[in-house]
Amino acid sequence: MPLISGALALAAPCAAREAITFDGAKLILTNGITSVEGSGGGGLATWATISGMGTNRAIGVSAHVTGVELPDFRLDTHGVAIGIRDRVELSYARQNFNTRQIGAALGLGKGFQFNQDIYAAKVRLVGDLVYGPGWLPQISVGVEHKRNLDGAVVRAVGARASAGTDFTVSATKLFLGASVLANATVRLTKANQFGLLGFGGDRKAARSVQFEGSLGYLVTPRLVIGGEWRTRPDNLGIAREDDAKDLFAAWAVSRHVTVTAAYVDVGSVATVANQRGGLLSLQLAY
Amino acid sequence: MMPFLLPLLLAAAPLAEPPVAAPAPTETEAPVDWDKEFGVVRKARDPATGEIPVDPYVQGDANAGAHPFAGDGMARAFGGQAGIRRITDRTLDLSVADPRIKAIFEEHDMVRLRRTLFEQVCFILNAGCRYSGRDMKVAHKGLGTTRADLNALVEHLQQAMREAHVSFPAQNRLLAKLAPMDRTVTER
Repeated sequence: MPLISGALALAAPCAAREAITFDGAKLILTNGITSVEGSGGGGLATWATISGMGTNRAIGVSAHVTGVELPDFRLDTHGVAIGIRDRVELSYARQNFNTRQIGAALGLGKGFQFNQDIYAAKVRLVGDLVYGPGWLPQISVGVEHKRNLDGAVVRAVGARASAGTDFTVSATKLFLGASVLANATVRLTKANQFGLLGFGGDRKAARSVQFEGSLGYLVTPRLVIGGEWRTRPDNLGIAREDDAKDLFAAWAVSRHVTVTAAYVDVGSVATVANQRGGLLSLQLAY
Repeated sequence: MMPFLLPLLLAAAPLAEPPVAAPAPTETEAPVDWDKEFGVVRKARDPATGEIPVDPYVQGDANAGAHPFAGDGMARAFGGQAGIRRITDRTLDLSVADPRIKAIFEEHDMVRLRRTLFEQVCFILNAGCRYSGRDMKVAHKGLGTTRADLNALVEHLQQAMREAHVSFPAQNRLLAKLAPMDRTVTER
């Protein structure tokens, strides 16, 4: 036994060297930013990217705060994500949606807030955003479990449930030859306004297939500009829901700090049409 | 040995804590020849080229790992062969000075690497070179390089291209040719 424990003691430093650590070695900006649902991506769309600056032999972490200022509402989100070996992403985000004056008009009270927790996991199946064959994008599958914290209210407006789970498949590629970043995501969802108005409704209770597309142009190694389009279900009879679009500029201030500004158009929200405004997001990543 | 050590110990005496003298090597403990222990055979550099000879291999442009661009647009964007040599040299200068990856180059024949890296980039940019080096898999065999190492090298190449005022779209067009090689140049 003393021999064996001696051998283990000798082996320990080697094992420690192989232990998974932070390396912060992703190329700048290739970690993407954080979507309003806390997953690594663009602003509105979930991408196949894995959050944090860690590469395939390391872990990475990121944290974000995002504010969306609309004419009649405000959405604030914040959250954290961990990327493991550039393979698995686990994230949590909190959404707070302030209805301001509309809350009073809807009988909820002025400044009524819908709150939601989003727990998400994403796994990269194949491919790489930057490397590998030019035709093979990074492809990931994800699951986003959303728990609306105002169950009684969202049921009162017609939602079938206060919690729901989205499933996503994303393909993202940086086409270096053209300096273009492209993403396509298919989402299975029954969420009304991302889930802030609950899940399912009188018009449709079940999940439907929705699409998220993003197109970006790399202006410099640290600056990408582009746009996104996200189709959404229209489950609630009393509150029409439109596609969401944005035009964004994401700037990597440093390896660890990315600031994103966007013009966002989410259409009609909770009976109020023409909700176009600004998004500002700050992400820290290691 | 002791007569030699004694003056040293005396000289150290004024210190509050005299350094502990290492045990003197005994006659049976000859200095270890680590090259011999690990079977390292050092080859002499070729007096003409200054390079360390490598095992024979089949030469050919296919070893460069990418098809060259058509036309002379990319060659001009990089300032011709002179510009390309400045960029590849600068990339390697930055790499050997980078604590993250310098160890990879410490036992490397940098004379040969400077020549073959220049040839490879010059060939891919269609700037009038043939590539005479080995293919990417063989050239990187046993280096144990990782994705993180590769990213560090890419950052240095980007900095070198930026300093040489290569336009960003042209930089990315070269990187697009190099990016698919990741599996052959990394091992872990």
